[in-house]
Amino acid sequence: MPLAQQPSSVPVVVDEGKCIADKGCTVCVDVCPLDVLRISDATGKAFMKYDECWYCMPCEADCPTGAVTVNIPFLLR
Amino acid sequence: MDEITEGTSQVDCDILVIGGGTAGPMAAYRAKKKNPNAKVILLEKANVKRSGAISMGMDGLNNAVIPGHSTPEQYVKEITVANDGIVDQAAVYKYAQNCYEIIQELDGFGIRFQKDENGDFDVKKVHHIGTYVLPMPNGDTVKKALYRQLKRARLLISNRYMATRLLTGKDGRIAGAIAVNTRNAEFLVVRAKAVILCMGAAGRLGLPTSGYLFGTYENAANSGDGYAMAYHAGAGLANLECFQINPLIKDYNGPACAYVAGPFGGYTANNEGMRFIECDYWSGQMMQEFYNELQSGKGPVFLKLNHLADETIGEIETILHEVERPTRGRFQVNRNNDYRHGMIEMHISEIGFCSGHSASGVYVDDNACTTVQGLYAAGDMASVPHNYMLGAFTNGAVAGEHAIDYVNEVDFADIDEDFIAAEKERVLAPTKRDDGIPPNQVEYKTRRLVNDYLQPPKVTRKMQLAQDRFAETRAVMENEMVARNAHELMRSLEVSSILDCADMAAFASLFRTESRWGLYHNRADFPERDNENWFCHSILSKDDAGQMTIKKKDVDPYIIPIEDEEKDAYDKQRIKAQA
Ligand SMILES: Cc1cc2nc3c(=O)[nH]c(=O)nc-3n(C[C@H](O)[C@H](O)[C@H](O)COP(=O)(O)OP(=O)(O)OC[C@H]3O[C@@H](n4cnc5c(N)ncnc54)[C@H](O)[C@@H]3O)c2cc1C
Ligand code: SF4
Ligand code: SF4
Repeated sequence: MPLAQQPSSVPVVVDEGKCIADKGCTVCVDVCPLDVLRISDATGKAFMKYDECWYCMPCEADCPTGAVTVNIPFLLR
Repeated sequence: MDEITEGTSQVDCDILVIGGGTAGPMAAYRAKKKNPNAKVILLEKANVKRSGAISMGMDGLNNAVIPGHSTPEQYVKEITVANDGIVDQAAVYKYAQNCYEIIQELDGFGIRFQKDENGDFDVKKVHHIGTYVLPMPNGDTVKKALYRQLKRARLLISNRYMATRLLTGKDGRIAGAIAVNTRNAEFLVVRAKAVILCMGAAGRLGLPTSGYLFGTYENAANSGDGYAMAYHAGAGLANLECFQINPLIKDYNGPACAYVAGPFGGYTANNEGMRFIECDYWSGQMMQEFYNELQSGKGPVFLKLNHLADETIGEIETILHEVERPTRGRFQVNRNNDYRHGMIEMHISEIGFCSGHSASGVYVDDNACTTVQGLYAAGDMASVPHNYMLGAFTNGAVAGEHAIDYVNEVDFADIDEDFIAAEKERVLAPTKRDDGIPPNQVEYKTRRLVNDYLQPPKVTRKMQLAQDRFAETRAVMENEMVARNAHELMRSLEVSSILDCADMAAFASLFRTESRWGLYHNRADFPERDNENWFCHSILSKDDAGQMTIKKKDVDPYIIPIEDEEKDAYDKQRIKAQA
């Protein structure tokens, strides 16, 4: 059976103006316990690739520029 | 990242510690400290810097046995009674005797514990009998402080490797483990003389009511891999029918938390704002009363703080919103909840296995040894009941210090190349298909079935139906599951652990034909506790033919005797005036 893509609104938002992934930072990607963040090939900035978040916040707490905001996933808001 | 690259590397070490959350770092650290020449590897699915239940920190120690406040003997008694008597006391006693030294070590790492004006530890009473709860005003530093020590001790850390199976030699001894990189699917074969399992609870077993797969009480990286691996290696697992179920904020997966709020005067209340339980300590009996109230006309259940003084509420708010689960505050803001006005709606968590809070774990003795020679377990996944964070640290230390002596006496067990080849094939199977069912759907279905059929009150026929549905789901998992990259491969391997745990949960629950541990093993068709036949552990394992089997094991003779009138201290949880 073919796979469909289902849209889902992800809880973690990265402020691309503040993110310095293009200068080599990968801190949020490194610390995430669920391994759901990546650096986008298209923008060179961090983003939430997989909607599998425990909303624990190391990504936000450890980001050197304050670019990350962790929101509560819609399903339990 | 995430592309699948096939490849295998192999390393040898004296001790392999799997899981770098709480127990694991301490096990590795203490082993290395005792023998700095030993090669100790700490393997972690995530990143040790921020992994495990304590990823962001902890609100406090739930079970600190501190001289002047409580005694090891009293603690052993309390845990024995809270666990309906099914306790091998030696391991609990050892914990109780050793944990103060661990607190001092943690204090030395720079993790501060609350002290009163005289400089004494400011321990609070939450349990029924004794006083053991010690707040951690800078609990947010715990993981960082620990990590600093690991770096200083020059421990070898392998992040982003998910262990999938243990290796055993022909003689049954432990020989090492296989792991797969979660970002490129490369294999790592580790030969080790001893392996210490510290992979946390089986937290992704039940489905949270929100329906969000990762909205679990436990750190969602803890998918029960440790339980599944121990099972497949032939180790015994104790009392898996004694589920973990916790009281949580409705929809949010964190505790509210009565351990924090209780000492300040907060309490669990019904819709009339009335107290209905005697003691907020998380026992099965307490959870049963919680559940009863939820189901009744006086439900749902709330945490009540709005009778407290403004500054007291402020203090509670600071702890709850900044330390262990900081998104708690954001959740409350979204809901427009202010602790000063309304009460906080509570609910019960999904089911899981966990000895940290309950008593379901890989069987260990008082040296943290499992039933497989050279294999140790500590923390939430090991059978020492009601361990919590300090138990993970303390028993991790016990495991590390015992294992480091053990490895002096043994050589590597032989490893079975055929087994490794078969395991690689099993792991990679979902990547060889280009069509099929994705892991998230297999997981969702498994966990939905867990909720439908295994959540207490447990019913025999329902659990048998669950076994049929699990078998069908397993066939799909083995033959149709598809993973398109290394990340999905990790999820597909987690599904396999989740399904193993679901099968074990049904099997163990069907075995014990009585009710025990309050809600944790409430069997609707066997409602009474039956001490005559069931005052024993259940030990589940895999037999030589590869089938699941289970047997009774006597409770070891008590070291600390329990008087008859003390035995039911935890049975009377409901406040009398209400009953
Ligand atoms: C939300 C919450 C609040 C809590 N509050 C308190 C409290 O206030 N006080 C208290 O005393 N206790 C508290 N506890 C309990 C306490 O945190 C745990 O009992 C303790 O931290 C468990 O330690 P552990 O080492 O067993 O597991 P964890 O710390 O969870 O570590 C398990 C590690 O294993 C890794 N892992 C899992 N599978 C694999 C695999 N296949 N391969 C490699 N690595 C793997 C995980 O990534 C994780 O890092 C709380 C727990 C939670 C979840
Ligand atoms: S940590 Fe912050 S700056 Fe670094 S990659 Fe992530 S979002 Fe960008
Ligand atoms: S909140 Fe936690 S799980 Fe979610 S992206 Fe950040 S670090 Fe990862």
